[in-house]
Amino acid sequence: MSTTALLLTMAACGLVTFLIRLSFIAFGRYLPDDPRIEAFLGYVPPAILGALIGPEIFMLGGNLNATPDNPRLWAALVALLVARLTRSVLPTIAAGMAALWAIQAWLA
Amino acid sequence: MFDGAPRAEFLGGVRAELPLLLGVVPFGLIFGVLGLAAGLPGWAVVLSSSLIFAGSSQVVFAQLWGGATPPPVMVATVGVVNLRHLLYSAAVTEYLRELPWRWKLLLAYLLTDEAFAAAIGRLRDGPATAHRHWFLCGTGFTLWSGWQLSTLAGVLLGTAIPERWSLDFSIALTFLALLVLSVHRRSDAWAAIAAAAVVLPALALPHKLGLLVAAGVGIAVGMFMRRFDREKP
Repeated sequence: MSTTALLLTMAACGLVTFLIRLSFIAFGRYLPDDPRIEAFLGYVPPAILGALIGPEIFMLGGNLNATPDNPRLWAALVALLVARLTRSVLPTIAAGMAALWAIQAWLA
Repeated sequence: MFDGAPRAEFLGGVRAELPLLLGVVPFGLIFGVLGLAAGLPGWAVVLSSSLIFAGSSQVVFAQLWGGATPPPVMVATVGVVNLRHLLYSAAVTEYLRELPWRWKLLLAYLLTDEAFAAAIGRLRDGPATAHRHWFLCGTGFTLWSGWQLSTLAGVLLGTAIPERWSLDFSIALTFLALLVLSVHRRSDAWAAIAAAAVVLPALALPHKLGLLVAAGVGIAVGMFMRRFDREKP
């Protein structure tokens, strides 16, 4: 795709993101106040994050690897444990990366 | 003391945001590196940080761009990834109601995960002074600056980081940490598990619709499993 297409697509993504953030701040009293919408929105973060994580762990170089010899699977489990214990982003990243490097060094 | 004055509120916001930059700066660095690796030109990676200004959706944008996704699907996917910001918009609106439009536009632009997280406590529980929106401006401005600079640094470092370090995995780890923080009930966990399971086969769908479909299935499963949650949130 051309530079123009890239710029336009990026600008459209930025506009959509901005309008989402502006929505209630600017138009709150015109938007429906429905607990079902709130419940729906509550499931957006876990669902989208789950969908983002799946390929990052199980797709290696374009191939599906959901077997125990996938080092990212074990590193992710270590990170999951640390995330549940600390509920903090930095220790999770540190533990997950350390686990991945350790497993990769062990396999090499 | 400048209690409640714009300057004091703004600096209070800056101070509240600084610890969060510890997680944001590495993310920005990695995004800079990853964006280049996905095939975006350097200027586009840097520009996306001010134009889109939403970390995880920028990663998705770079990945979809690398996969030659049709623009409408890219815009829709970025929109779904950022849909959670509706909740932030709804949460801050009562504190910004009296402000002029230019303030509403500015604060909406700055309303990210981290800026919201650092400011909502002050807005909700602090004194209801006329200048409290400066606090949100402080958290938002600090996050914005840190994000722009770290993305730029990531693009400049770019090719200097060897691939065998597997730094791209830290993006998955960031999402994982955010996921754990977003799970409050059993049904939240089911939404995430369902989406993660569906996304793998769904990647084969045409036009890179996999992420949207998986997120939709995850939300539906969460809504369905909601009735089995033990306590009401």
